[in-house]
Amino acid sequence: MPENSPLLAVRGLTKSFPGVLALRGVSLHLHKGEVLSLIGENGAGKSTLMKILAGVQPPDNGDYLIDGEPVSIQNVRDAMERGIALIHQELNLAANLDLAANIFLGREPNKKGIIQEKKLREDASKYLKRVGLDLPSETITGTLPIGKQQLVEIAKALSCDARVLIMDEPTSSLSQKETETLFEVVKDLRNQGISVIYISHRLGEVIELSDRVTVFRDGENAGDLGKGEINHENMVRLMVGRDLSEFYDRQIHQPGKTVLKAHEIISPSYCDIPVSLEVRAGEIVGIAGLVGAGRTELLQTIFGVTPALGGELELDGQSFRPSCPADAITAGIALAPEDRKQHGLVLPMTVRENASLPSLERDQAKGFLNQEAELKIADRAVEQMSIKTPTIEQIARFLSGGNQQKIVLGKWLAMKPKLLMLDEPTRGIDVGAKREIYKLMEKLAGEGMAILFVSSEMEEVLGMADRAYIMHEGRVSGELSREELSEESIMHLATGSEKSAA
Amino acid sequence: MQPVVKNLPLRFTTMKKNIIGIFALLVVIFVITAIINPKFLNAYNMQNLIKWSSLYGVMSIGVALVIITGGIDLSLGSVVGLVAVVLAFLLKIQGLDPWLCIGLTLGMSILIGLVHGLLITKAKIQPFVVTLCGLLIYRSLGRWITDNQSLGPVPLEGDAGYKNLEEIQGLDFIFSGKIAVGESFNLPTPFLFLLVLGVAAAIFLRKTIWGRYLYALGNNEDGAKYSGINTDKMKIIAYVLCSLLAGFAGLLFAFELDSVQPAQTGEFYELYAIAAAVLGGCSLRGGEGSILGVIIAAAVIRLIYNSINMIGISTHLEFGILGMVILLGVIGDEFLKKKMNQRQLAKT
Repeated sequence: MPENSPLLAVRGLTKSFPGVLALRGVSLHLHKGEVLSLIGENGAGKSTLMKILAGVQPPDNGDYLIDGEPVSIQNVRDAMERGIALIHQELNLAANLDLAANIFLGREPNKKGIIQEKKLREDASKYLKRVGLDLPSETITGTLPIGKQQLVEIAKALSCDARVLIMDEPTSSLSQKETETLFEVVKDLRNQGISVIYISHRLGEVIELSDRVTVFRDGENAGDLGKGEINHENMVRLMVGRDLSEFYDRQIHQPGKTVLKAHEIISPSYCDIPVSLEVRAGEIVGIAGLVGAGRTELLQTIFGVTPALGGELELDGQSFRPSCPADAITAGIALAPEDRKQHGLVLPMTVRENASLPSLERDQAKGFLNQEAELKIADRAVEQMSIKTPTIEQIARFLSGGNQQKIVLGKWLAMKPKLLMLDEPTRGIDVGAKREIYKLMEKLAGEGMAILFVSSEMEEVLGMADRAYIMHEGRVSGELSREELSEESIMHLATGSEKSAA
Repeated sequence: MQPVVKNLPLRFTTMKKNIIGIFALLVVIFVITAIINPKFLNAYNMQNLIKWSSLYGVMSIGVALVIITGGIDLSLGSVVGLVAVVLAFLLKIQGLDPWLCIGLTLGMSILIGLVHGLLITKAKIQPFVVTLCGLLIYRSLGRWITDNQSLGPVPLEGDAGYKNLEEIQGLDFIFSGKIAVGESFNLPTPFLFLLVLGVAAAIFLRKTIWGRYLYALGNNEDGAKYSGINTDKMKIIAYVLCSLLAGFAGLLFAFELDSVQPAQTGEFYELYAIAAAVLGGCSLRGGEGSILGVIIAAAVIRLIYNSINMIGISTHLEFGILGMVILLGVIGDEFLKKKMNQRQLAKT
């Protein structure tokens, strides 16, 4: 068990970005040989804290202690020297170089600039073995699957004498098998005395791996859970600050007639995989799956961004074939895209201009702007969505992620769509705004709108969906009713453990 | 409910400051020149200044529309040249009906813009490349048609071969005439065209849905597309309007110059027009700019040219001074924007 002073500790850390207070005095400590999981909703401040720990960004205020000694960590090099290494979500390996070259990139053992090939290979093999990779160090990195590359990244960190590994969503693009391998390695490293800070949305993984859990909410500490207290209910309660049933306030409506019917449509990104699905009026349907499973691409195909290569789409029983978003919008479909800064909004324009953008054509007076209608739409959006903005003439860029997402929803509601599609509707949004968006989804479904949403957050799918499709590598690997939905059943289908639909 | 926008968006307040700034620049240069050389103020020089500023202004409006979409048109000067050459060629050598000639040349300008727009949106070729090739092609086309001989649309003394002399004289008045205002001052007619086209362009940008679409797609093309805007169509419209206005400026230049030089007429005008657009508040990144600012900036550019002559600075320095003024103007503009952004951030 840990000695008196922790290996790493931070106290009263604050960090602000233009317009956002990301961390409001958070604390955290980590002992030698401990796996600490950091959990929290999107926007809770996990990523910011992690970047500060690894020296990517300096904090505004607060203490950073290593072995009980205050330290100043201003950049990544400072952190590395103290043995703190960040394993990035996106790997930073040179795909064209071999494993040994990657592990010692920039630190090659050399004599007067000439690389000592033998020593390089011997040392590399030693670190590769430590992470359970039994591969020749001459292997070209790019030929390895992503899971193995991640292990190489860990080997690289160990070669710098890392004592603390910070892992940010390491399993988000791994298969179940790869995830298991990674866990073996992490447990093994823990036994060797390495400490790990593990960040994940997947609570099942957190339960399996953690010695202790620290929960964040809206840039503050929301609580700690010791080994015996780590369970699903406790974690969610701390993350959202209230009981689950209250947070996802769902009433199940009797679904009406079919609004969207996709029959074996083929999106250009997966040109040999037909996908079929159905959404009915008053129904909230989720699409779950790993990152890169083809969920966003599916929504974009239905919305006409990347027109379908084949198959049939029906909206309200009418066949339709959108070749651009304008077609889909005219037919009665709206999409709140995943990347709202790039696709959802025109950031340098005002709340008013953004909210009215799709409606301008409908409300025009012989080509001229209908200013009255425009103001009405903007005012209504602000009121209905409770957008927190000084005026409707505020530039969208200056609003928070939650308010920006509300503008996106507001602009689509003005179009009165039959089908509302939401891609990661609450990504990067604080808990309060999140709850409002869930309430709105519930209300719209109650009014008979068909809602189709993609989410990588397990809780969101479990909490909101009446029914869910699970995608894996471009295909729908299964469909689950609300009763069948569970973290296990979703992960089972999402990682491709089962070949086809049940 | 009162449909009145009370708090103007930040973009407009920045833009207003920009317009005040560029207008102040115009006044300062004007006053300094007038003090150093009182001849600057005489009616003849003023008429000339207004006339040339108007011609530059018309071109600049067109390129501003394209720049607002985030594009560029480098072919503008060559279009001016080609229109002037073709007009003179059709009138003088072919002896066609003058109105028909005007229709044909403007039709040709529209076609050029359409080709630019289609290449940029459908073939996905960069605007810089498309219009750079246009610059080379139209210039050479004009020289080839005329065998590089200079000719004029308006008959000079002793000119032979004109069939519709009277009608052409009428057109000459319309496009490069003077209307007496008061006793000694004559207002050049191009100024009236600038007025009409400028107001029309400003209304198009500010009051119609298409103007809004241009700003939206200039700021974020994907975002505009995801909002159901046919961005390709809007871009094509911008390039068509740009070439059409360049063609119209070509007509004005042709009647003004009397003698069209296939190799020179309109040369570098694209750079003057782009300079005016940038100095007038357009960002080459797209999504920003106002017609009033651009027109004033076009006048500033012309005024600098005139002042250099009037003050007696070596004309070899002309481009250098022009470059410095534009650079300083744009630096000032960026500084202003940064400050306004900070103020806005401080508020939230």
